[in-house]
Amino acid sequence: MKTALEYGRLLAERQIGARELAQSFMDKISSGNGKYNAVLRTCGESALSAADEAQKRLDVGAALSPIDGVPVLVKDNISTKGIKTTCASKMLADYVPPYDAAVIEKLRNAGAVIIGKTNMDEFAMGSTSETGYFGAVSNPWDASRVAGGSSGGSAASVALGFAPLALGSDTGGSIRQPASYCGVTGIKPTYGAVSRYGLIAYASSLDQIGALSIGAGDLRAALDIMTGIDKRDMTSADALKPSAQKVKPIGEMRVALPKEYFGEGLDDGVAKCVLSAAKELEKMGAKVSECSLSSVRYAVPAYYIIACAEASSNLSRYDGIKYGMRAEKYEDLSDMYEKTRSEGFGAEVKRRIRLGAFALSSGYYDAYYLKALKVRSIIKQAFYKVLEDYDMILCPASPVLPPEKGESLADPMQMYLSDIYTVSVNLAGLPGLTMPCGFCGGLPVGCQLIGRAFEENALLTAAEEYQKATDFHLRAAKEAGL
Amino acid sequence: MKIDDEMIDYVSALAKLSLPDDEREKARQDLQSVLEYAQVLSEVDTGGVEPSSHVAEAVNVFREDEIMPSFDKREILKSAPRVKDGQYLVPKTVE
Repeated sequence: MKTALEYGRLLAERQIGARELAQSFMDKISSGNGKYNAVLRTCGESALSAADEAQKRLDVGAALSPIDGVPVLVKDNISTKGIKTTCASKMLADYVPPYDAAVIEKLRNAGAVIIGKTNMDEFAMGSTSETGYFGAVSNPWDASRVAGGSSGGSAASVALGFAPLALGSDTGGSIRQPASYCGVTGIKPTYGAVSRYGLIAYASSLDQIGALSIGAGDLRAALDIMTGIDKRDMTSADALKPSAQKVKPIGEMRVALPKEYFGEGLDDGVAKCVLSAAKELEKMGAKVSECSLSSVRYAVPAYYIIACAEASSNLSRYDGIKYGMRAEKYEDLSDMYEKTRSEGFGAEVKRRIRLGAFALSSGYYDAYYLKALKVRSIIKQAFYKVLEDYDMILCPASPVLPPEKGESLADPMQMYLSDIYTVSVNLAGLPGLTMPCGFCGGLPVGCQLIGRAFEENALLTAAEEYQKATDFHLRAAKEAGL
Repeated sequence: MKIDDEMIDYVSALAKLSLPDDEREKARQDLQSVLEYAQVLSEVDTGGVEPSSHVAEAVNVFREDEIMPSFDKREILKSAPRVKDGQYLVPKTVE
């Protein structure tokens, strides 16, 4: 098994060629993707010519970064110039962005080779990668189960060895939960650390781009490239890249276990794996103790009201005029809007737009939207308070193992509830990392580390140390023959 | 909060989503069940709490009003579903 950094080193040492590497991953996708539907399209010639450019640099020892020439997959809600970007929606099924997202510019400038776009929930709205227009993503460990979502295609791709590194986005857990379900490592950085310019918006105050890989080292390399201020995103922060952040040794870290995260609704097998990770961190010298975060029960309803309100506003741009599809038949302008949106959006997207429109409507704004924003303040304060005494929080990423396909589509409320351990992190704007910490009935289980704002390196360092002492993160790779 | 047919029609109109008769009941129930669940928020004492529409210390971002190149018009129009004479084509809006 090889990480993105290991591929980068082999390329720099010219033990392998960039074109051959890109081609071999795209070949692997074309032969293996059918059963899993993790990748929506590969880039073919444009990937190979980017690889050739990388090779010219590698040949003269002028690599632009540790991942110059390394193949990368990108979630299909991140704009890629000249490459279709669909958000897994009929609405954008033929949309080709005229520009690159800020993270794509940065990755290209670092020499990364974009080999394809990954499947997801439609407009990132879902927790199972089943709501997309192009069909569901299957879990690499058991194809009858879901890969998690909404970055399910990116998580499954890493587990299947389709690329050593993939980009995702996380609005309420969309990187951390599929990483848990697929047995890979994923990070959502602090809100503002990475520019959202070119990320097709779902809920702008919660959305953040991050990365998924086999191990934490690759995630640091990816964030080192992607972190930094961007004038085109007014919420972007002048953040230090992770490797420039000061970090304590693991032996001095204080880790909190919030007791409310280990209560009712948590699968016994998941609890066992996460607690064994706590023991392992303790063995490495970290001080682990219990804390209280009682606000957790309010996180899911507050999240759904806020996220859907923002979605209803953001998605009003799909009017059948400037981009995206337009209905074939309509009577007048208003009818064109309604028919276009009704034909272009799937059921889950419509459900969330309606909830958001309700929460923002006159008469209900104070009781629902404003109330949720106040609860958000309380949740944020509760997390900040715990993180005054601790360097990080350790908890599950999901209360359950990956569900069977179809279950969540039948009961969306159940799907929303499964986001209980991840949504608070977005409401508070904090960084969160998920890493594999065990197996239950042959299925991977991930644990989540939540840290202080702009202190991603603490999470990455803890994860790296943990991954030196354990091999859960390597098993997915082994199975896939990466 | 009881969601009736009138409310779900109103919300759909606000969202510019048509709602065929055979989908109305499902849409109504979906909204009803989320709002019932959201009732739990009323337990929280939010007196004196400021709402957080954002987690960042949001400040206005200003820049100089400089002339800079914008996207090429032909490139941008390529994304539009209907175009005529270099412009977006829409249904008649004013009689």
